Amino acid sequence: MEKPIDIVIHARGLTKDFGQLRAVDSVDFEVRKGEAFGLLGPNGAGKSTTMRMIASVSKRTGGELSILGLDPNEYGPDIRGHLGVVPQQDNLDLEIKVRENLIVYGRYFGLPMKFLRPKADELIEFVQLTEKAKAKVDTLSGGMKRRLTIARALINEPDILLLDEPTTGLDPQARHVLWDRLFRLKESGVTLVITTHYMDEAEQLCDRLIVMDKGRIMAAGTPASLIQEFSSREVVELRFGSDKNARLAEQLRGFGERIEVLPDRILIYTDTGEEDLARIVERGLRPVTSLVRRSSLEDVFLRLTGRSLIE
Amino acid sequence: MRQIYAGRPHTVVLRALYALKTSAWFIVVSGFFEPVFYLLAFGLGLGTLVGSVTGPLGQPVSYAAFIAPALLATSAMNGAIYDSTWNVFFKMRFARLYEGMIATSLGTLDIALGEIMYALLRGLVYALAFMAVMLSLGLVPSVWGILAVPAALLIAFGFSACGMALTSYMTTFQQMDWINFFMLPMFLFSATFYPITVYPEYIRWIIKLFPLWHGIELIRGLTLGQFDVSILWHVLYFVVMIAVGLIATTRRLTNLFMK
Repeated sequence: MEKPIDIVIHARGLTKDFGQLRAVDSVDFEVRKGEAFGLLGPNGAGKSTTMRMIASVSKRTGGELSILGLDPNEYGPDIRGHLGVVPQQDNLDLEIKVRENLIVYGRYFGLPMKFLRPKADELIEFVQLTEKAKAKVDTLSGGMKRRLTIARALINEPDILLLDEPTTGLDPQARHVLWDRLFRLKESGVTLVITTHYMDEAEQLCDRLIVMDKGRIMAAGTPASLIQEFSSREVVELRFGSDKNARLAEQLRGFGERIEVLPDRILIYTDTGEEDLARIVERGLRPVTSLVRRSSLEDVFLRLTGRSLIE
Repeated sequence: MRQIYAGRPHTVVLRALYALKTSAWFIVVSGFFEPVFYLLAFGLGLGTLVGSVTGPLGQPVSYAAFIAPALLATSAMNGAIYDSTWNVFFKMRFARLYEGMIATSLGTLDIALGEIMYALLRGLVYALAFMAVMLSLGLVPSVWGILAVPAALLIAFGFSACGMALTSYMTTFQQMDWINFFMLPMFLFSATFYPITVYPEYIRWIIKLFPLWHGIELIRGLTLGQFDVSILWHVLYFVVMIAVGLIATTRRLTNLFMK
């Protein structure tokens, strides 16, 4: 089937089983050229498995998948030649130096040295590792290793860059540097596919995203449209003290679209946060602390995937 | 085939050479000395007590000339096994190296062949160096002896291919120790230090099942001038090892990293 040229990834009924376990359960999505597409979900949701199928290193059990118009079951190596992969756990080559990591990786793609030498220098500069070019990889910090992994993923000038939890384990400074670099890549026309469980990261980076849970897609859309669809405009957070929250929640009935009682606080999902708070105080209820904030993707995420811990 | 082979195993060799330059050169240099030490201690030292032994053509040969080809075969085996087991185990389980390679347009056969080609390159250097020692001590009476170097490579190829396949099944260091447990007796009892005729008939057959005996007989036949049809059988043994090892390794890598 011919796909329009601007659809770079197309999945229909995409399914993956590992023995008895269905890791990805008939998911449908499309990624357009040049956009930043997010796969969100708790641990075990099937994000990484989906990512590995897109990366053409894992064969699907069922459904359709086409990457850049090709079927990965048949054209795995050809597709991989046009992808850049930033895996969840760094797998840099620790036995060789920073610049050599890029050169050698480029050689795996069959790229000639004449192309790779200037390209490696350009990428090292892009990820701000110029001073470390001749260092051994194990002398780099976590953030530097992450940046080197991104540089390595760019050595073949990929059409699609796959990033599996790119900033997990990094400190805030390192995350922001990384986000900045990803922004620039996006601006230069590279399609990004990102898995993350950091909602701020998804809001910052993704044009469109899907939320997965237990192998299925729970929701899809832009960050703003998801917030609109699955949450209210604002959230009022009230803390009365952990022993009183449940009891006082009764008296809050009627406020907002939805009330959620947590052990440590009560959340009121509403479009008129400040007004509601004023009226609550008028009723003589005195929360220990109160906060009115904009609804975030995190609210959507927790609503869709639940609050129980997934280990 | 296109799924598993991109025609670029040499890039995996290139990677190994970079790593050698940066990290591992000492281990590689040390590998040359092991068979030389054995040759000096047993061949020249112990050999003075033994005197001469009967060669494959019934001719008397010095004890050193008798064990030197066995040591060449053994060092080909050891080098190949070290590279294809411990080194590969580390790269597979800890360094996640193959995971990174698989994400490129390389296939699993590229990786298997590349690692083996590097092991052979290293084996070639060892074989040439040991051959030089043998020649300088006058331990290669036959001109066929020059074929001992390619024979050593054939042996190394067989052991690397099978070693890598076995390693792909290993998940813990304890399992890796089984390999050593198996290698040492094979080295001691494969007619390395005395002719196989010292054994009763049924033990000879057991010894002949193991690859090192074929390697030792192959090289000994060449350096001592027994160039006959038996050589073909030894060569065939290793060709089969290479084929089985390569197929098994490629399958395993595909199962492990492309599931």
